[in-house]
Amino acid sequence: MTAGSSPAAAPAPAAPAPAADVRRAGRWLFRAGVVFLCAWVLVPIYLLMVNALSAPADVTGFPKRLVPGFDPGSLAFFLRFQGVAEALWNSVQVAAVTMVLSIGIGAPAGYALSRFDFPGKGMFRLLVIMTRAFPLPLLALPLAVLFIRTGLDDSIVGLALVHTTLALPFAVLITFSLFSGIPVELEEAAWTLGCTRLQAVLRVVMPLALPGIAASAVFAFVISWNEVFAAAVLTIQNRTLTAFLLQSLDVSPLPLKFAGGAALVIPALVFIFAVRRYLFAMWGIANR
Amino acid sequence: MPRLLPYLLLLPATAFLVVFFLYPFLLVAIESVTRQGAWSLANYERMAGHWKFSAAFWNTLLLAGIVVPIQLALALTMASVVTGLKAGRATILYIFAIPLGISDLAAGLVWLAIFEQTGFLNSLLTGFGLVERPVLFLGYQNPWAILLAIVLAEVWRATAIMMVILVAGMGLIPREYGEAAEVFGASRWQRFLRVTLPLLRPSLQTALILRVILAFEVFAVVAALGGTQFPVLMGETYNWQFTLQDRGVAAALAMVILAISIAATLVLLRLLHVPKEART
Repeated sequence: MTAGSSPAAAPAPAAPAPAADVRRAGRWLFRAGVVFLCAWVLVPIYLLMVNALSAPADVTGFPKRLVPGFDPGSLAFFLRFQGVAEALWNSVQVAAVTMVLSIGIGAPAGYALSRFDFPGKGMFRLLVIMTRAFPLPLLALPLAVLFIRTGLDDSIVGLALVHTTLALPFAVLITFSLFSGIPVELEEAAWTLGCTRLQAVLRVVMPLALPGIAASAVFAFVISWNEVFAAAVLTIQNRTLTAFLLQSLDVSPLPLKFAGGAALVIPALVFIFAVRRYLFAMWGIANR
Repeated sequence: MPRLLPYLLLLPATAFLVVFFLYPFLLVAIESVTRQGAWSLANYERMAGHWKFSAAFWNTLLLAGIVVPIQLALALTMASVVTGLKAGRATILYIFAIPLGISDLAAGLVWLAIFEQTGFLNSLLTGFGLVERPVLFLGYQNPWAILLAIVLAEVWRATAIMMVILVAGMGLIPREYGEAAEVFGASRWQRFLRVTLPLLRPSLQTALILRVILAFEVFAVVAALGGTQFPVLMGETYNWQFTLQDRGVAAALAMVILAISIAATLVLLRLLHVPKEART
């Protein structure tokens, strides 16, 4: 955390000749800093994977080796553990419903924000931004009561509704920046050629926007997949993986915890890699 | 019809946010000040009277107070590094952004693998002969070790959010400003302090508000590392709701978290005031 922490370690631009040594030292310091920061992010994940890929006896054993034993024992134990398979399946279902809901509701709003100027636009943006200033997982508390009344308690859809509240603002902001990047002239050209507004959106805008929309769908999936508090409050029988792991923290053996942690991390890693180009649109800020 | 179209498109999202965002917050506010159908402050009294409350309250603030400044410095460093890179920018950015996709529970488990009694830190320490027997870091005898583990896990997991916002913000600053300062003899550190930081203020504001609110919501990392040794507000809320089955007190705690979140947001908005002309 301390090495290379000075932003002054940016690569040296052309400097006068006597400073060449200083410059070279600066460049080495910069490289060392980059390597250190990468290690800071990657090594802890690697250590979790070492545990997940070792036999249960190695996971509880001491001292630890720094290379995995490549024994499927821990993972098999995790997958066969009572309730894990169901929890995994529940997590996937909730995340999928969240994904569909947040894009289905969010994309039209993003389109409207990018294409129209109308009274009340500022109000809507305020509402979306406001969601960020609130601790959203707390919504699970009142909704738990509401869901019992409507029969949505302990259900996939009920939890997905809460997760959609978390994911919707991102879906709106991503699709907004996405549609803003597609020239309106393309749509106008389609209208002059006889397309209706809807046809123009479906045939001209959608094909261009599809990769970005897929990316924001993936974000919605990851948000739901990772959420712990609301999942733990709202599900009892139909627990998601995060809720299951949280509630069995006190009782579950170490191999189960680490294999479970790995099961949470790996899909997230793949998904973030798939959508890395859209990381910036997520925060409603254009990057060049 | 064309005039109504934008409203029709916004209707589902607006309706959803009203039903599942504004209305539930109203409900939880009402729930916190009612007891058995009558208005009362009994929930707040019970909450404040519980022996764990003040520990949870101060722990949450302490954690945010330690974690957020470290994250700010680290995120600024990472963002400067990424902005300064020429080759391999995309790869480094992806590596730095990885924790963005990692659940707080998973982050807690990652650091548990390091700090638990048979974990990697103990293996390292005994390997070098620094301790004779593995130390129980996450037990009640070592409150500072628990705090350190939680701080490390939080810094590790949640710095990426700030970094991404700051990288985006730095990309918006025209290069000419820095070059002009260089012509006038400003060192790299001076350029960072006098040019980059002031121009970065809108992004800093966004990043800090977001991060501080998330810091007050800290829950699963603490549950994984500290268990019951280190009470925090969100964990206590969960306990009252789930274990003690008292929704009124849980609602009161939720209002406390909401109150400190809003207070922090207002303070940050004021401290890092962005003039209207400078907004984009």
